[in-house]
Parts: sequence; C-alpha cells; structure tokens
Amino acid sequence: MVTAGPPRPSGAPSARPHPVRPPAGGRGSRAGRPPSAARRAVPYLLIAPTVLALLAVLGYPLVDLVTLSFQDMTRRELFAGTAPPWAGLQQYRAIAADPFFWEVVGRTALFTVACGVVTMTAAMLVALLMRRVSPWVRATMAGVLVAVWAMPVMVAASVFRWLVDADHGVVNWLLGRLPGADFAKHNWFENPWQGFTVIVAVVVWGALPFAAITLQAALTQVPPELEEAARVDGARPSQVFRHITFPVIKPAFVMVTTLTAIWNFGVFNQIWLMRTGQPEKDYYLLGVYSFIESFAVNRYSSGAAIAVVTVLLLLVGAVVYVRQLVRMGEAE
Amino acid sequence: MSVTSRSTSRFTSRSTPRPAPRFTSRFTTRARRGAGRRSRRADLLGLLFCAVMAFPVYWMLLTAFRPASQIRSDPPSFWPSEPTLEHFRRAMESETFWSSVRASALIGAGTVVISLLIGVLAAYALARFAFAGRKAFILVILSVQMIPLAGLIIPIYLLLSDAGLTDSLTGVILTYLVFMLPFTVWLLRGFIAGIPVELEEAAMVDGCTRGAAFRRVLLPLLAPGLVATSIYSLVQAWNEYVLAYVLLSSTDKQTVSIWLVSFQTSFGTDYGALMAGATLTALPVVVFFMFVQRRVAAGLAAGAVKG
Repeated sequence: MVTAGPPRPSGAPSARPHPVRPPAGGRGSRAGRPPSAARRAVPYLLIAPTVLALLAVLGYPLVDLVTLSFQDMTRRELFAGTAPPWAGLQQYRAIAADPFFWEVVGRTALFTVACGVVTMTAAMLVALLMRRVSPWVRATMAGVLVAVWAMPVMVAASVFRWLVDADHGVVNWLLGRLPGADFAKHNWFENPWQGFTVIVAVVVWGALPFAAITLQAALTQVPPELEEAARVDGARPSQVFRHITFPVIKPAFVMVTTLTAIWNFGVFNQIWLMRTGQPEKDYYLLGVYSFIESFAVNRYSSGAAIAVVTVLLLLVGAVVYVRQLVRMGEAE
Repeated sequence: MSVTSRSTSRFTSRSTPRPAPRFTSRFTTRARRGAGRRSRRADLLGLLFCAVMAFPVYWMLLTAFRPASQIRSDPPSFWPSEPTLEHFRRAMESETFWSSVRASALIGAGTVVISLLIGVLAAYALARFAFAGRKAFILVILSVQMIPLAGLIIPIYLLLSDAGLTDSLTGVILTYLVFMLPFTVWLLRGFIAGIPVELEEAAMVDGCTRGAAFRRVLLPLLAPGLVATSIYSLVQAWNEYVLAYVLLSSTDKQTVSIWLVSFQTSFGTDYGALMAGATLTALPVVVFFMFVQRRVAAGLAAGAVKG
C-alpha cells in the first residue's frame, strides 16, 4: 500500500525542497525542530471550514436568538423585513411574571427527572442482567436493543399512539384483562398525568437501548477478579455493586445520565406527534411552548426568550457533561 | 473499597485455621451451582425483557400486514394470519410518498457528503496536530452538541429566510450539516486516533507529502469509520422532523418524517395504513443501523469507557 514513489514536490505554500520529509505526525514527534509558520497554519486551515460553518449557521443564530429576545418581533416585522422595536427586558419580565411559564418549567423538570430515573434504573438493570444470561440470550437482547435504537422517533410515537388507541388499542385490551379494571374506550390523553405516562414510555423505550448498551460496554471494563475477591471476602451483592462495580462504570453512567437529561429537557417530537400537532396547554413543555409562541401565536420574541431560558438551563447539564469528559482525559 | 478490606479481615480471622485448597474447591462448586440456577432465571428475565421491548415493533408489523377487519377485532389476535399488502399499497399510493422519499434521500446525501468532507479535515487536525486552541475547539465541539435544535428554530428560520433559503432543500442541508458536524468530527477523530501514526510517518519517510500520506495511507484505513459515521448522520437526517416541518412548506419538498406525520392527520384512525407507513419509514434506517451499530456504539462508548 505504502508505495515509495518518486519524491514529489510538496504542495504546501512554503515549497521548500525536502528530499525526504521528516516524520511529522505525532504530537510529540515534531519537538526537535521549530515548525515553519506555514506548517503551523496547517491545523488551522483544516479546522477552518468546520469553524466557519458552525459560526455561520450556529453562532450567528445563537446571537440572533438572544437579540431577538430583547426585541418585539411580530408577524408584521417578519414579512416587512423591518427591524423590530427594541423591548429591553420586557419579554423576560413578561414570562417571569407569568405563572403558566413557571408551571411549564416545573413540568419540564419533572418530566426530565422522571424519564432520567426510569431510563437509568432500567438500563442499569438490563446491563447487569446481560452479564448473567447465556450467550444466545445476550445476543437476542443486543439484537432487540439495536432494532429499537434504530426506530425513528416519529415511527415510535406513531406506534405507541396506536398501542394506546382508545377504541382498538391493545394496551387497553390487555389492561382490561386485569381483575376489576375497566379500560374499554379509555382515553389516555384526557388526563395529562396518564398522557405523560404514555409519553414517558415512548421516550424511555427509545432511550433505553443507547443507555443499556453503553453501560453494558462499561461493565466489561470491570475487572472480574475484583468483584470475585469482594464476594469471597463476604460482601453482599449490593455491596459489591456499590463499592466495586459502580465506581468503575461511574464515568459512563454520569455521561449517559447527562446526555439523556439534556435530550429529554428539550423534548419536542414525541409530544408534538402524540397530540397530533395540537398539544393542549397541559402538555406544554419548554420546547413545545417556545415553538408555539413563535410559530402558532407569532410572538417570535417571546418564543425566543423562552428558548434562551431553556438553553441557559440546559447549559447546567452541558457543563456537567463536558467536565466529565475532560476529567476522563478524553478532551485533552 | 473500604468494605472489601474490612470484610477481608473479618474473613481471614474466621477461617485461617482451615486448609485453603479445600475451601476454594467448595466455594467454587457452590458458586458454579448457584450461577447455573441464577443464569436460568436470568435467561427467562432476559427473554421477558426482549418480548416487552420488541412488542411495539412486532405490533407495528402485525398491524401493517393484516387485513383491516382483523385490526379492529375484539379480542385482538396476537398471531399473524392472512397477511396482506393492501395497507402498503395505500400508503405508497398517497401522492407525496415518493417525492418525500426523494427529498429525504437528497437531504441525507447532501448532509452526509458535505459533513464528511469538512469533518474529516477537522478530525484529522484534532487527532494528528498539537495547536494552540485545540482544547477550546474540542470544548466547542462537545458543547454544541448539547444545544437543542428546537431552541434555535426561530433564528435559523429568520436567517434562512433572509438568505432566501426557506422552502429549499439547500437550507435544510445547511442546517442539518451544522448539527451533524460536531458529532462527525468527534467520531472521526476517534477513528483516526485509532490508526497508528507510524504508518503515515513511514509513508512520509518514503517520500510522500503529508497530503499524499493522508490520501493514500490514512483514508483507505479510515473507510470503515467513514461509512459508520456517514450512515449515522444519514439516519439522523432521515429522522429529523421539526426543522424540516418549519423550513419546507411546499408539498413536493417534504421529508419522510413530515409525510408520516401528515399521514396521521389525513388518515385519522386508519391504523393499517399508518403502520405500513411507519414500517416503510423505519425500514431503511433499521437496515443501515444494523450494519454500523457495533462501530458507532464502540465510538460513542470509547469516550465513556476509556480511563
């Protein structure tokens, strides 16, 4: 593969004739000679397209989002293309004074915690279970997890809507078999608590594979001798888990927890589809609320303010996640 | 750890008089028998878990392939009989199906090609160069992945409408690109870091330029990583809904996710056709995903497991 062709002229801007180029690859290997300015520019040229794209389509909109939240943009300004009037902190003051906004924040937090607890508990149990089963059962479980992982969110939401359908849903039928339960024609979305149970079920069903597979991969890093030794020494299974197994997989656990929390906090699709594009106010979470304020009510600035608050709240999670990665030495 | 040492001392003080070999053999047989019993119970639990997890998928397929009369039967039947393709015919005959497949494929391909072209360069820089600002760049790459798409819809919509790119596939591709890029860079960086740098160095000693070493040595070795990354982005683009919904208004440019959702509203409770549509939407994704899952999972988990 590595054909030693005739030495080619270098394509670099500073085409100094080098019959044989010094091996310049590893980070430490160039320590011997101070690199020329052109050589030093290479990595920056390489990351330039990525940086530019991120700045243009992500950085600019982020700034714009913040600006927008200090203005008062309505449909009129959007179509006329005129600059919306400056509103200062008015949007923020309005949402802060609105009890409904705080209700939505609380609901979003509760939803995130509920999804996180259920997902992580189930994923941990599944990952531990996968260590105990026979190889063919493990392969089956992995196959099922991957198939579910691959399901598009919209497909999952559609299927769950059909499963809990009031008239012919199989869930109602199954629950109706329970003694004393009457689930005939039961509408799950009439009561938001029950509706959110279904939504949490979809979210957990979709998130569980990623979490379980990652945790299972992390579990393979636990030295069996350590656990065996603890067991020989008389530690109970719960003690072995708490003091031997969990410390080893903790980085992975923290990472998966933060990631799922971040995803769930900004959840939109599942709710949007479960309520067929017209969520009732009881079903608003921050993502849905911001979207509806902007695109259904056409109060773009109010929607932007809600989005800014959402992003700020999410930053807390992001900091935890990035710190964890940095601590693991992955982001050096 | 503290428990281990504590219980060790307790254990040794109690059993030092015993000859060690006998204890070991007794312990292992007991453990093995216990493990055997446990593992059979664990197997059952594992299979039960599989059944519960797989049930929604099974029910989707069952509904998609069974005649309408059976879909509404009470009590429902849990086994397939008289399979039919009528729902698939109805779903595919809906007028926007093929145009949405086309739009999704175009958007997916555009996103993947551009994000690979740009991303592989940045990933190469991260994996093979030390430069000032490298750490800052990594932090940006990581934190950008945390920004929820839904939060940025408004300014992105305004930006693209200023640029005249709303209701155009290009606008959607640009947006997806930016949301895929950080992940692409991060994943490819891992793949490149896994390829021994000595190979490129040897090529350069033999007279290759850095560019040639990259092209002729690294790229061929990176091919599996490129495939895994591109399929992952393709799947993401195929599944995305909100942005496409906001940005694309003409019916002939709608993506598959939009098609599936509009299907729910127009077909109401025609669950046979809806499940057929869901199956069609999921099929390419599941097939692709099965191909690369191991690699992507390894790449994702590498960050978590290492150290």
